[in-house]
Amino acid sequence: MPVNFMPTPQELFRFAPEMLLTLVATIIMVLEPLSGADGKRKFAVISFLSLAAAIALSVAAAGDPGAAFSSMIVVDGFSTFFRILVMVAGVLTILISTNYLRMEEHESGEYYALVLFSIVGQCIMVSANELIMLFIGLECSSIASYVLAGFLRDDKRNNESALKYFLLGSFATAFLLYGVAWIYGTTGYTNLSEIRRVLLDPNSNQNMVVISAATALMFVGFAFKVSAAPFQMWAPDVYQGAPAPVTAFMSVGPKAAAFAMFLRVLMTAFEPVKDRWEPLLWTSALATMVIGNFAALRQTNIKRLLAYSSIAHAGYIMVALTAHSDIGTAAAMFYLASYTFMNIGAFAVVTYIARKGERHVEIQDLAGLSQRRPVVAAMLTIFLLSLTGIPLTAGFFGKFYIFKAALDANMVWLAVLGMLNSAVAAYYYLRLIVVMYMQAPSDEMEELPAPSVGIQAAMFAAAAATVFLGVFPSVVLDYAGKSASFIR
Amino acid sequence: MNFLDLIWLIPIIPLIGAAAMLLFGRKLSKSAISIICPGAVGASFALSIGAVMQLASLPEKAHQVILYPWLPLLKADMGYLLDPLSSVMILVVTGIGFLIHVYATGYMAHEHGPRHGGFYRFFGYLNLFVFFMLTLVLANNYALLFVGWEGVGLCSYLLIGFYFHKKSAGDAGKKAFIVNRIGDAGFILGMFFLFQLTGSLKFTEVNEVLRSARFGPEAGVFGLLSLTALLLFIGATGKSAQIPLYTWLPDAMEGPTPVSALIHAATMVTAGVYMCARSNALFSLTPETSHIVAAVGAATAIFAASIGLVQNDIKRVLAYSTVSQLGFMFVAVGVGAYWVAVFHLYTHAFFKALLFLGSGSVIHAMSGEQDMRKMGGLKDKIPVTFRTMFIGSLAIAGIPGLAGFFSKDEILWQAYSNPVLGSKILWAVGLCTAAMTAFYMWRLMFMTFYGEGRMDEHTKHHIHESPKSMTVPLMVLAGGSVCAGWIGMPKVFGENGFMQALEHWLAPVFESGKEVAHAAAGHAAEAAHHDTTTEWVLMGLSIGAALAGILLARHVYLRLKESERPSGGVLYPVLYNKWYVDELYDFLFVNGLSLGGGGLMAKFDREVVDGGVNGTAWMTRLISRISMWYDTWIVDGAVNLGAFSVRAMSYPVRFFQTGFIQSYALVFLAGVLAIFGYYWWVH
Repeated sequence: MPVNFMPTPQELFRFAPEMLLTLVATIIMVLEPLSGADGKRKFAVISFLSLAAAIALSVAAAGDPGAAFSSMIVVDGFSTFFRILVMVAGVLTILISTNYLRMEEHESGEYYALVLFSIVGQCIMVSANELIMLFIGLECSSIASYVLAGFLRDDKRNNESALKYFLLGSFATAFLLYGVAWIYGTTGYTNLSEIRRVLLDPNSNQNMVVISAATALMFVGFAFKVSAAPFQMWAPDVYQGAPAPVTAFMSVGPKAAAFAMFLRVLMTAFEPVKDRWEPLLWTSALATMVIGNFAALRQTNIKRLLAYSSIAHAGYIMVALTAHSDIGTAAAMFYLASYTFMNIGAFAVVTYIARKGERHVEIQDLAGLSQRRPVVAAMLTIFLLSLTGIPLTAGFFGKFYIFKAALDANMVWLAVLGMLNSAVAAYYYLRLIVVMYMQAPSDEMEELPAPSVGIQAAMFAAAAATVFLGVFPSVVLDYAGKSASFIR
Repeated sequence: MNFLDLIWLIPIIPLIGAAAMLLFGRKLSKSAISIICPGAVGASFALSIGAVMQLASLPEKAHQVILYPWLPLLKADMGYLLDPLSSVMILVVTGIGFLIHVYATGYMAHEHGPRHGGFYRFFGYLNLFVFFMLTLVLANNYALLFVGWEGVGLCSYLLIGFYFHKKSAGDAGKKAFIVNRIGDAGFILGMFFLFQLTGSLKFTEVNEVLRSARFGPEAGVFGLLSLTALLLFIGATGKSAQIPLYTWLPDAMEGPTPVSALIHAATMVTAGVYMCARSNALFSLTPETSHIVAAVGAATAIFAASIGLVQNDIKRVLAYSTVSQLGFMFVAVGVGAYWVAVFHLYTHAFFKALLFLGSGSVIHAMSGEQDMRKMGGLKDKIPVTFRTMFIGSLAIAGIPGLAGFFSKDEILWQAYSNPVLGSKILWAVGLCTAAMTAFYMWRLMFMTFYGEGRMDEHTKHHIHESPKSMTVPLMVLAGGSVCAGWIGMPKVFGENGFMQALEHWLAPVFESGKEVAHAAAGHAAEAAHHDTTTEWVLMGLSIGAALAGILLARHVYLRLKESERPSGGVLYPVLYNKWYVDELYDFLFVNGLSLGGGGLMAKFDREVVDGGVNGTAWMTRLISRISMWYDTWIVDGAVNLGAFSVRAMSYPVRFFQTGFIQSYALVFLAGVLAIFGYYWWVH
């Protein structure tokens, strides 16, 4: 046990991004009631700037990696990668949210504060080195997301979405917490490195039944958060019901953070008992891919389609987790980065075409988009091609490295089944492209005004990142490869 | 991104395109096909550029990617080699291939073809061709090269016979295939000998062994090395249409024009040149075979040019021109100037693709008419086609500054100046050919674009410029025909990194060849080099020859009335009937063999050769029947099965995905119990 409980300045600096965002979010909450109806816009600007500053702080903190707060959090290459990723997802979310909220007449400071709180939670999740800390981060992120999902409180769909998310989410976190308790009970530790040490110690005489039970309980919690089968049921309903920009955020930020903590727990503390996890991961990965892809085939609502698609993508990332290697970890990191950009980009387009009250979220609403808004159609095409996994987009290399990792780990069947799944996926993504480019717009369609500056910026940035990662994947992949081996 | 490790993707992408076409093409709209197929080649082009740029920064200027050991006995892997030589080839194949694909989307737009499958079938074959061609040039060993070599032959056969309901098209396809098989026999034998000699089929290992002290140059004797090189060259004469195996190429013009441009001008027919350049270490050890190569090349050049002088079919003029230009390339190979052969291959790809595509645009405008006697006066009616073809004709004629000038002139200079392999006769033949080239090309231009229109009223009414998809590739190729030669200027123009960029770039590949050639040449060689006055004089002569050819064509076809034109005497029917070579071959091989060889040969002839006559039609029909069957049972079946399984799957999904949170929690709990059950079962 450390002697001194007071954090040193060095430790505070490592935690600075989270502290900054918490402070800014709190200030927004305080200022909110004081600002008039016209003053809401400044909150978007403030949160945007604070996220930019937090990204800069994360980069600075990465220059001096190490643990903080009695080893409860750790700043390493891995956590820096995910910290920046969730913050970038936050920036893009804010860009696509402002106009949406104004259109729905719901622009207010709380929204931005909640996004920031959620990001703080995710940052803690990705840098937690300790199960309780990890749980706190998860709750912080989740509770903010529950509220965001029901943000338009007069909208029935929003209410339904938020309630479902909250009830099932609480159910899942209970399992996770119960698993943590069992682990603490049998090993005496919640720190990941200590748990690993105990599990590796041949003299510690762990009861494997207890370990298995704890594994199962924790797996339930993690699998729920990443929407992996059989705990994916909530995702389509919640994603469809929540406001489009919130869905965009939920499908990338919390998911990336959940995968990050899943990876860290799996690759450090529980690495010695990885054979416990492997059958679960294997089965879940396959089931997740199959359910996601096949259910997506028959969807007519774009948000619901993208919800199933995001389940399918979680399945691919689960393949990387199953590989249980540094290459697999790097592949999952790269995939999550690619997925963040292409998915948030696709949701940016959905947010744009949905219009007020989200009346236009059916696939047929895309008809003739190539004529009505050629640039938007081209952008969505890039995102969809990337989600399909076409070469020279980010999605291709993501899948490429994941399946390579699976093959390297001798999981030939899983890799083959995964590739078949990604072939099926082409059907429903290309269907959207066909509707956009090869169907004439119907006469009743209302005029589409030019997208707002925020949506334009988010679309272009996401498209640029998608293509960049597809053409120069090594920039990110080299970094991921270097930070994939955790300090164990 | 490391493009160098991804070079295996370069051929694979067009293969995926071809597979998509042949599997699902029937279900796709024309616009989708027009995006997928050119897109696949375009993607390969982009990857090629990336790879070549990274190759330039490697000190050893070569990179191999070995996918897996393929034929361990022959030391042949499924492996790809990117070096300066293959880099030039992949850029030509994918770059010009891309432009021709784009052009074809416009040219074939009205193609319905048998069973309405023409369009996707055409693009499927075209993409498949690109795959095999890229395999050919990227292979790191002779065996894999041969896979590409056969594959391009097959695609060429399918595409020549594309209009298989036309008997002449089927015959032409058959002829190409059979003549090429003769050449292939030589290639296989040569490959076999090479393996016996060197113990490997891998380019790097073969070259290393040939360069070692075990082998010396076979000067003055015709030994085993010379025989090997000759056998390989026989293979090349088949693919690259040289005497005596050139007869298939003019007939191959039965295929659609984009095919003629891609396969029978810019890429496939240059495979023989590429293969000989690739084997430079062998050829430079064998001066005797090199003499044969140069002689055959020069003879083919002038012979084909002479036939080209009098042909009236616009595509046939270009076909003989291609044979003649390939002859030039083999002259360069024969005199040991391998980089010049590649240089001419590369410039030729631009201007000949341009001329073929331009002729396609003319034919398109003329409602399918190919006879130049029925054209004329098209200059103002199809201005883009005219202007771009004008540039192409200047380039091939050898007007200074344009691409063709630099490469052709370098060949002539090397033929003149190489002390061991060169000779004044080769140079003189080349010069005559150059003059003839200028004449027949400008005869084509004057007959097509100048003077009075000689077409009927109905055709005249329909003349129109081609769509953008066709004219834009023409303009790009015209740009290439102007600039492509600037990276290979003669040293007398000044020496710097840009003006001799191509020679320096290719130097590492031909290093081995050069060393051996120097050994063969002794020391007498150096003195003759860089006699700048001579070089300037020769250059002046070849410019003079080009101008003379153009002016003569202008005089005859623009100034003189039809009745005043010189008849050419006895020479005209001889040239017009292509020196009666086809008749001679028919007599020797078809009649002669069946008479002399008696029953067996007659039987062979009847069953094999005649069988081949209907082969194209048969094979195409077979493929279409297989694809019908496949469509009915596999594609439709898969679609139905897919729909069925989706419907079947939707029951559980609908059963569970009720929207009621209680049922979700129940499933959740079931999942938890399943996991616990699993662990309980394990323990």
